Amino acid sequence: MSKRLEALLWVMALIAALVASFSYLEMDLAGLFRSDSATQMLGYTQAFFPPDLSSGWLRQIFHGALETLAISAIGTLLAGLSGAALSLLAAGRLGRLAKASSRLLLNTLRSVPELVWAALMVLAAGLGPFAGTLAIALHTTGVLGRLFAEALENVPTAPAKALRDSGAGPVAAFLYGTFPGVLPQWVAYSLYRWENNIRMAAVLGFVGAGGLGQMLYVTLSLFQQPQAISVIIAMLLMVLLVDALSAWLRIRLA
Amino acid sequence: MTIALEGVGLTHPGGFQALRQLTLQISSGERVAVIGPSGAGKTTLLQLLGTGLMPSAGQLHLLGDDPARLQARGLKRLRTRIGLIHQSPPLPPRQRVITAVLAGRLGSWSLSRALVSLCYPLDIPGARAMLEPLDLDDKLFVRCDQLSGGQLQRVGIARVLYQRADLLLADEPVSAMDPVLADHTLALLNRIAADRGVTLVASLHAVDLALRHFQRIIGLRDGNVLFDRPSAQVSDDDLSALYANQSLAEQGHEVVRPARPAGLGAGTGILRTAPRCL
Amino acid sequence: MSLALARSDNRDPAAAPRLLITITLLVLLWPGLLLTEFNLVMLFDPANLGTFGRFLSGFWPPDLSPGFLRLLGTATLETLAMATAGLALALLVAVPLSLLSSRALSVSALLNGQTNSWRSAARYPVRLLLIILRSIPEIVWALLFVRAVGLGPTAGVLAIAITYSGMLGKVYAEIYESVDQRPARALLQAGSSRLAAFFYGILPGAVQELTSYTLYRWECAVRASVIMGFVGAGGLGQMIDLSIRMLAGGEVASILLTFLVLVLLADQLSTLLRRRLA
Repeated sequence: MSKRLEALLWVMALIAALVASFSYLEMDLAGLFRSDSATQMLGYTQAFFPPDLSSGWLRQIFHGALETLAISAIGTLLAGLSGAALSLLAAGRLGRLAKASSRLLLNTLRSVPELVWAALMVLAAGLGPFAGTLAIALHTTGVLGRLFAEALENVPTAPAKALRDSGAGPVAAFLYGTFPGVLPQWVAYSLYRWENNIRMAAVLGFVGAGGLGQMLYVTLSLFQQPQAISVIIAMLLMVLLVDALSAWLRIRLA
Repeated sequence: MTIALEGVGLTHPGGFQALRQLTLQISSGERVAVIGPSGAGKTTLLQLLGTGLMPSAGQLHLLGDDPARLQARGLKRLRTRIGLIHQSPPLPPRQRVITAVLAGRLGSWSLSRALVSLCYPLDIPGARAMLEPLDLDDKLFVRCDQLSGGQLQRVGIARVLYQRADLLLADEPVSAMDPVLADHTLALLNRIAADRGVTLVASLHAVDLALRHFQRIIGLRDGNVLFDRPSAQVSDDDLSALYANQSLAEQGHEVVRPARPAGLGAGTGILRTAPRCL
Repeated sequence: MSLALARSDNRDPAAAPRLLITITLLVLLWPGLLLTEFNLVMLFDPANLGTFGRFLSGFWPPDLSPGFLRLLGTATLETLAMATAGLALALLVAVPLSLLSSRALSVSALLNGQTNSWRSAARYPVRLLLIILRSIPEIVWALLFVRAVGLGPTAGVLAIAITYSGMLGKVYAEIYESVDQRPARALLQAGSSRLAAFFYGILPGAVQELTSYTLYRWECAVRASVIMGFVGAGGLGQMIDLSIRMLAGGEVASILLTFLVLVLLADQLSTLLRRRLA
């Protein structure tokens, strides 16, 4: 009985939180559905159609999509390399101090969202796709570094120990004994992250970090709605394509 | 004298006393089998001789060195001269046989050579020559996770043979093989040891194999040497004393390692359910 | 085996594919670096370095002045409210859509044993709608809404509502299909309405998973609403965007710390609730 009462209390707290949220935001939800704002909305939506499908614009969109793809790929590659290096420290292979400090670093890198990194990197590296690449690399280093370290901690130690016992140096024993064990997982994690980063790279341009996002932001700022909707459609297609591709790959590899 | 133990004892961190007051000598070129019930300390003894463990009491001399007193450099040099064949060879499942075999000589290779060989195997004929007598040369470029337990054991043997050690140690080297293959493999090990003039110490579960292939038999029980004599002189009484009163409960002592470490499976499982919003 | 054959066997068969893959990757890397305008020198450009260095050195100490903290508190509450309200609206849309798109309540499947192709065709537009709703990132919706309803959290709430209704709708439908279908079928066969069959046949088995997934999504919504502000949709994001533009390092540090604490607390709260309500 008391358990039921407790659940009831939690539900009431949830409802209170909901009411508080809506009243705090002072949202005029009903206003959204009044006739004048509805016609306004309709007018706003209509301005987007028909989408601009002129070949010149499509070529630019294609370039933007390639740029987005490149940002995500290079960013993930950099993150994979630095994540691998940091994961060695974070798995405690080079001492306790290195372990604690690298974990702190990885957690910080991971906790700051890509978009915030992008805004910071625009300051450090100027506007453009390079800032986006760095932003993706920094955040993903934190994510991959932690995942890589977990893989390192869970891999069997016997192969490397056996090599050490037959006189191999620590680096050689790692390369021949430990590395083959973690590599497939590291690659799988990186590919999975890459998939996520493609999505992310598409919107990093909102803070000036290149790719499709920057095109969308600029066209919307210039009230070029037909051009903007083409970019949105391109984003949608890209996301769907990546989704389908990764689902297909996962089924094939499983 | 290749191996000399004097009052060597070994207590595992958990407090289990695996070896007590062991004293024995094995001279250069001898071929010795260590037999005894499960939990007698055979694996521990071989790990001790392979410098994987250090004695907690007594004196141990291997190939003229005391491993406990060696600096890192000297220990590394000593270790390249000792090869240990594991009961279930610790090979990464995704590694290819060629790489696994070539890894035997990592101790004498420079790091750059090891790195290059990881990209393109540098001594294919050498590895093939080791696998050929073991009847595995057709598996040279196959991944280890595609091999059976017996084939893996032979890859482990080929790696240690490729290492060209002065002291060959083998911990149950034929436990995953059928009787014919086990017989053939032990004969081969002995012949190679004789040809190279190196010392061979093997622990075996099968007494008949030990008696047939080795010159000298050491009977180990509860961490003590029960008998140590030429195989021709081992009597039935020795054997029944060695294996007497062995309750089934005791058989749990020897650590049975899983044949193959888990591969990618666990990793991909996580991926599918991993949160998207991070 | 002939000598020629033996020699060709001594070449690594994996070498050519490996080389090909490496070359392909390198060839792909080059346009990638060009497209991303990859230029590490830019980071050490004195002008950039000076600005960024001054900005970074401002991080310590974090801005803790009462006026700023009050602003920070308001923005934090706004962020939380945005996530909660957005998710609540998303639920309003997601529940009906999930009921429409789920196979679990198909009457035709029940009566004929197979789905009626005409009737199940009605599910596809709903599914397509769900896909479109969730495949456009929430921040793009926010950008669009900011231009329609003006700057402020309302745009963020609507953006979260739209994207998350797509995500929740899809997963809810899958959850309905994953629970035991027999109670619902029995009810439908006995002539009860589909909604009644849902409430009495499916919901009891699915409620735990539904709650848990919804709470997890709330966590994600908190993270998402933090960055909404970058396009002008209020909350912490708008503050951090402004502070970065003004190069106010101390403010950025405080906001980032607040953000970390907020995400951590949201995690804890949702874990606690999941345990309590499950």
